[in-house]
Amino acid sequence: MTGGRSDWLLLGTLAVTLCVFFILSLVTGPAAISFFESLDALFTGRAGAASIVMQEIRLPRAILGVLIGATLGLSGAALQGYLRNPLAEPGLLGISASASLGAVLAIYTGLSALFSLALPLMALVGAVGAVLLVRALAGRGATTITLILAGVAVTSFAGAMTSLALNLSPNPFAALEIVFWMLGSLKDRSMTHVWLALPFILVGWVMLFQVGRALDALTLGEASAASLGYRLDRVQALVVFGTAASVGAATSVSGAIGFVGLVVPHILRPLVGAQPSRLLLASALGGAVVLLAADVAVRIIAPERDLKLGVLTALIGAPFFFWLIYKQQREVT
Amino acid sequence: MSAALCVSSLGVKLGSRGVLDSVSFELEAGEFVGLIGPNGVGKSTLLKAIMGFVARNGTVTRDEEPLDTLSPKERARAFSYVPQEREVSWPITVQSLVALGRAPHRRGFAALGDADWHIINSAIDIMDLDELRERSAQELSGGERARTLIARALAQDTPVLLADEPAAGLDPAHQISLMMTFSQLAREGRTVLASLHELTLAGQWCDRLILLDGGCVVADGLPADVLTAENLAAVYRVRAHISGTEAGLAVVPTGLI
Repeated sequence: MTGGRSDWLLLGTLAVTLCVFFILSLVTGPAAISFFESLDALFTGRAGAASIVMQEIRLPRAILGVLIGATLGLSGAALQGYLRNPLAEPGLLGISASASLGAVLAIYTGLSALFSLALPLMALVGAVGAVLLVRALAGRGATTITLILAGVAVTSFAGAMTSLALNLSPNPFAALEIVFWMLGSLKDRSMTHVWLALPFILVGWVMLFQVGRALDALTLGEASAASLGYRLDRVQALVVFGTAASVGAATSVSGAIGFVGLVVPHILRPLVGAQPSRLLLASALGGAVVLLAADVAVRIIAPERDLKLGVLTALIGAPFFFWLIYKQQREVT
Repeated sequence: MSAALCVSSLGVKLGSRGVLDSVSFELEAGEFVGLIGPNGVGKSTLLKAIMGFVARNGTVTRDEEPLDTLSPKERARAFSYVPQEREVSWPITVQSLVALGRAPHRRGFAALGDADWHIINSAIDIMDLDELRERSAQELSGGERARTLIARALAQDTPVLLADEPAAGLDPAHQISLMMTFSQLAREGRTVLASLHELTLAGQWCDRLILLDGGCVVADGLPADVLTAENLAAVYRVRAHISGTEAGLAVVPTGLI
């Protein structure tokens, strides 16, 4: 709409930053491979062990960083726009909690030990269950408050079931594995994980990118948006299913990673004139940048200790959240 | 000629409470009609029911075509609507808010064209918002925000405009200029239906008034025939001084009954 040129500047800057962090992610890791060696190993496959490290460990990790970061940024921006609430985040509808529950059950039952893809597959089943339950609870064309309440209910239930699984876990190792998985990480993921998550993530993105203009109109409330010719039931379905597909798939391979989807849209909003439609792509790129940067950081800060990605994003995100609440409070009074 | 908007035996129930009961009227192209009545008689509900935002009985047609057969986008090209709630959730600029009015005319992901900007700019000029273009719509005063939201509806460029309390919160100069704008739109052949509380404003500027009470139309006609002492006493429960001035009818409520 307005501000086309500054948008291209912002999107260009974010895209270039994304490329830089993508390369940084590829060249960062415990295996001592130099910068040029690693890129050579990635593209040629001549370098034996180095090629295996690059193609089967670091490349999927970097790709997942982009896909998952962009998913979190995009769905956060879409949900904030749809609910007209800057505190909305991708986990709001209970998708992340339920996907986590699915993964936890895969570990708990030992299925994931038998067959490693059982974990992401069960997580996807959890996400599908969550979205069906939210839609059933809230009904079609529900008000946004009902939708949020349904999300809260599903999140609480999935959390309770996860606690139960931890409580009854057959041995301390299973409990530890569950806890570590839930912290969220991109470590030791393979191209299989990429291929598993990619279709769902892409479908979710296509759905979420369609609602931009409707979100702009929703700035003026539901009656105005409807009077401008937008079908709000369709917009809600696109937002809910788009979030479910992309965030569900993202959570199923990485575990729940918090705060990226909350914070990134918030930082970028003033740079796009606060227009929800312009925020979507910017927030997707920004989310990918932040997640890649955090994933590089966990490998640099504590290479031996396996610092979890979700722990780092929460460590940085939570204080930001405090500040957000503080600032909102100040604006109200 | 077929009516620009024909409402026949329209009824609305919210929960078990009947809000509107067999409301019927026809609006011709070129009419500026005021919808008046005390608080809670169903003025806002009537406008929402015409737009199809609340479940209703009865029919609403445009040029003999039922409104329900139009797609949401087709309806948005025919009817614009300014709600009473002046919600603006994000600090977007006045200009981009007004530009939202072009939404039903855009195709796919196409950008706004020169013709769109021409209409947006003229809506901004009509509502006297030129100096506020780049201001955040959240930082505006109540009256400025109201004018911005009306400019958004003007940018929608529809044959029929429905406005819920558009004059509330405007200063006298902007109230008069709003009424002049609506009269001008009507002279161009459009139809304007606006709910109004200020009876003098309604009496001076509207071509016709529809008086609602208890969910029913109790009077419908020329301002002089609707704004009578008997009607004001029966519906508003006020005594009023009604005088014809060179500008039209002036209604000054003087006491309760």
